[in-house]
Amino acid sequence: MKKRSWYLTIGGILTALMLAFTALGLFWTPYSPTAVSAPDRSAPPCAAHPFGCDQLGRDVLSRTLEGAGATLTIALAVLLVGAVCGLAVGALCGYYGGPADALIMRVCDAVAAFPSVLLAMVVLAVTGPGRYHVIEALGVLFIPSFARLVRGEFLKYRDRDFVRSARLMGVGGLRIIFVHILPNTWPTLLSGLTIGFNNAVLAEASMSYLGIGVSPSEPSLGYMLKDAQGALFTLPWCTVFPGLAAVLLILGVGLVGEGIRERMGASS
Amino acid sequence: MGKALLKRVGLLIGTMLLVSVLAFAAFSVLPGDPTSSVLGVEATQEQIDAFRARHGLDLPVWQRYWSWLSAFVTGDFGQSFKFDMPVAELVATRAQVTLVLAGEAFALIVVLSLALGLIAARRPGGVVDRAVTVLTQITMSVPNFIMGIGLMYLFALVLRWFQPEYVPLEAGLWPHLRFMVFPALAVALPKSAMTVKLLRGAVLGELGQDYVRTAYSKGNSRGSALRRHVLRNAMIPVVTFLAMAIGDIMAGSIVIEQVFGIPGLGRILITSIGNRDYPVVQAIVVVLAGVVVGCNFLADLLYRVMDPRIDGR
Amino acid sequence: MPKFVKRALLLLAAIAMLPASLYGCTGGTEPSESEASAAQSGELPHGNSVTVGIAQDLSNLDPQLSKTAGIREVMFNMFEGLVKAGPDGSVVEAVASGYEISEDKRTYTFTLREGVTFHNGDSVTAEDVVYSLERCAGSENDGKPLVSAFSIVERIEAVEGGRVALTLSTPNLEFINALTAPIIPKDSGPTITETMIGTGPFRFVSYAPQDSLVMEKYDGYWNQEKAAKLDKVTFKIIPDVNSLVIGLKGGTLDMVVHLPNTLEGEVKEGFTVHQDTMKLVQALYLNNAVEPFDNELVRQAMYYAIDVEEIIDFVCNGSGVATGTSMYPAKKDCFMPELAQRYPHDVEKAKQLLAQAGYAGGFEMSITVPSNYAQHMETAEVIIEQLKQVGITATLLPVEWESWVSDVYRGREYESTVCGIAADDMTAREMLVRYMSDNQKNFINFQDEEYDSLLAQAMAATDGGEQLDLYRQAETVLNERAASLWLQDLCELTVMNPELDGFTFYRTYVIDMSTIYYK
Repeated sequence: MKKRSWYLTIGGILTALMLAFTALGLFWTPYSPTAVSAPDRSAPPCAAHPFGCDQLGRDVLSRTLEGAGATLTIALAVLLVGAVCGLAVGALCGYYGGPADALIMRVCDAVAAFPSVLLAMVVLAVTGPGRYHVIEALGVLFIPSFARLVRGEFLKYRDRDFVRSARLMGVGGLRIIFVHILPNTWPTLLSGLTIGFNNAVLAEASMSYLGIGVSPSEPSLGYMLKDAQGALFTLPWCTVFPGLAAVLLILGVGLVGEGIRERMGASS
Repeated sequence: MGKALLKRVGLLIGTMLLVSVLAFAAFSVLPGDPTSSVLGVEATQEQIDAFRARHGLDLPVWQRYWSWLSAFVTGDFGQSFKFDMPVAELVATRAQVTLVLAGEAFALIVVLSLALGLIAARRPGGVVDRAVTVLTQITMSVPNFIMGIGLMYLFALVLRWFQPEYVPLEAGLWPHLRFMVFPALAVALPKSAMTVKLLRGAVLGELGQDYVRTAYSKGNSRGSALRRHVLRNAMIPVVTFLAMAIGDIMAGSIVIEQVFGIPGLGRILITSIGNRDYPVVQAIVVVLAGVVVGCNFLADLLYRVMDPRIDGR
Repeated sequence: MPKFVKRALLLLAAIAMLPASLYGCTGGTEPSESEASAAQSGELPHGNSVTVGIAQDLSNLDPQLSKTAGIREVMFNMFEGLVKAGPDGSVVEAVASGYEISEDKRTYTFTLREGVTFHNGDSVTAEDVVYSLERCAGSENDGKPLVSAFSIVERIEAVEGGRVALTLSTPNLEFINALTAPIIPKDSGPTITETMIGTGPFRFVSYAPQDSLVMEKYDGYWNQEKAAKLDKVTFKIIPDVNSLVIGLKGGTLDMVVHLPNTLEGEVKEGFTVHQDTMKLVQALYLNNAVEPFDNELVRQAMYYAIDVEEIIDFVCNGSGVATGTSMYPAKKDCFMPELAQRYPHDVEKAKQLLAQAGYAGGFEMSITVPSNYAQHMETAEVIIEQLKQVGITATLLPVEWESWVSDVYRGREYESTVCGIAADDMTAREMLVRYMSDNQKNFINFQDEEYDSLLAQAMAATDGGEQLDLYRQAETVLNERAASLWLQDLCELTVMNPELDGFTFYRTYVIDMSTIYYK
């Protein structure tokens, strides 16, 4: 049954391309991403500016390169915070249950039920604007959904026969969580992660949309999309290229996730 | 059972209280107060002080919370500073608009994802499956406000299938749907893509389980195995996801309402946060939280009903 | 195929057909609609009504408390004061047919116009006028004036001959501008936001928060020559600029006001476009109490370092007007275009001044900008690039509006900010008084004795020419001291359906719908 995974191949290529694109942006951009230029204002894509220029004459390619790096950094960091904390909370709650579980799930409910805009605004009001504070604000927001997802999986497995027999054999709770149950939850977790990546990119964009995210001096793809929204019809390239970069980034990661799950499904 | 249910309802109320405390705390942390949105940026300090004193804004935060809460439980939601009208009146009309939008989006999600998810899971790796997966992957990767603007641009301006102006339900079901199908799609598409993916994954996961193989070996057809055993189990993560998604659908409507100019909760929430009009925000937060927490509660109940392996302790 | 999959497929097919059937429906009904309207001869297809898109939210409809220009310009159509704004920036008589100002410039005596009626049909009496003015002075607000200019009002009374006299505690030559405050029926204050009865050419019909305000022609308007030509006007509140453009193109909006002129390309074809300035002063406002902006040389160096013309090109397509000081160009008599020439773009001069001030290597600073204003954000981004050339490293801190108001404008905790400042009542005094050392609104912490004394004299002046001269001197001081880097009055567009005509330019914040008509 083993065959080359179609998703993994395409997704891998896409992700590699996007990573290379992003890495390039860390070291080199054709122009300064913030340099304004009067003659190049609103210039459509041409040889000198393959992605065109925005309303201030800034090179969209350079900004997209820079923005992809910012977006990737923010999304991965947010995912890391959300997934690690969510995994810990969800696994413990799901496996042990009890009143602590009920209480923590209520808190998760409260945070999840709270308008994310308001929560993000509060965190940023305390910390001030900027990239790292965006990560803090969004990371907190991502914990409940991961916790719930993981908890659901653990609830499903904790009374399965293989867990019971492990317990009878005297295996410790933490070991059961990490060695016996966790590997079974990978497929669901991975789709959760890929969805989470998508959400993190979007959440960052929405925060920029509300004007409380990153500074335009270090633009993210989300900020660029928001910035270009007022000129969607006159300067479509300002939306299309960063939009495309965001979509490809998410698509690549999504396909890789799909491919890994396919692999795991086949080997189990 | 009755006692357990009572306990859960108690927890539910506890969660809501927690949410309302959080919201109140948020406003004590955020800079600014309602005065500038009501009196204008140029208001003098005397005008500001008078306003604050008249509305009790100079009291300590716990005192304001207490007076808000004691009024709230008697059904008095207070008065909007900015719009100078009862919050209940202001929020009720908006809530209706948003709930209609969310309901329509939710219906679209359920229908779309059930159909696509099951079709895809029928022959994993087949052409249909591949097509559905690629399609869902792409829809998932498009930010929903881009989706909204795209739909608006294409269908309102280029094809002129609808006028970009909100049509309330009172204007008739058909004209209403003719407009609402587009914002509902913008909210629903990314979400249903995820549901499709989840459902397909769950169905395939369950198909690999021993009990399904047993069912096959007993001579059950694939269809009946799907129906009888797999769907029930596969629906567990999907139902959890959908219940959780209701919060996201509400959040999605915040953005989409802005794009399509729909006067719903999202828009008034954003402006009221901006205006520090906290009686309005407080009411909306509690209403939204009520919907989300209620749905999670329902999901938990469904969980127990659908999967007998999870005991209800 | 199993039954449930078949069912699902059917559903899917039905959904896929949905848009198609919608399209079919539209295609079918559209011609019949236009046929029907054509058949009813004489009836205009638009019903002689207009929908105006506005981005500014309307709220707290109390016409006398209208705190933002965006609300006042709408109210202008329904309410009138004793006098009202004229297109050229002066005031013209409205509810009053004439007025006299006493020798000491402290008492105003108004003769009421015959035949002015409220929208409920009642004639306007001296009692209504006294009530309205007293309410503005704070009679229903614990004595705190609703209109801040009324803080110097000492006495309001009806005098013989149906006239009304108003006495000030100290003369103020510009006080007449405050008397555009709406006249409302006696004792209607507490319910005014529901009744909305005034004397203007349109009368209030309905208001839905965050959605729309509807008004219709008032047939009993006192000035039949200037009666409304349209039967109905709907102000549609659409905060998103993009949606405004879509509304215009989609035909749901007939007119849009205050569109940033960077969107000119979107509406160039198929619409009538009027271009005007926004009547405000955009500047890089510097907190004079913070190092290094407490040093005049640094401020002047920065003024030389930035290129105002380039900024105008970038954010206003070259159509903004450079101001050079805190005065907007529409205020013709006070505006001094020559001040905008004082600090030409000169990088060398800037570097030299910086070195002289002890900042040869430049410095770091932050610019806090309310992020909901795209034009201010863009201006700050351009300025950051321009300052780089003289070694100044600036970072942009985008903040949400309310945080800006509380931290920057009121709290004065900031280094610099880009924003636009307008005059509440469109007077020169309002534009300048805020920079007096101890003024509450002096958010840039400008301290200058010469300025303070010039302005004090100007405000106490009883001669118009003398006052004007003092104001102009004060403007020059602001410019010479480089209290802040005054940039420009921004440019904006009014876009109309080409079937509409009759748009009137005003030098103040007014959307006069009474002159608009279908060709």
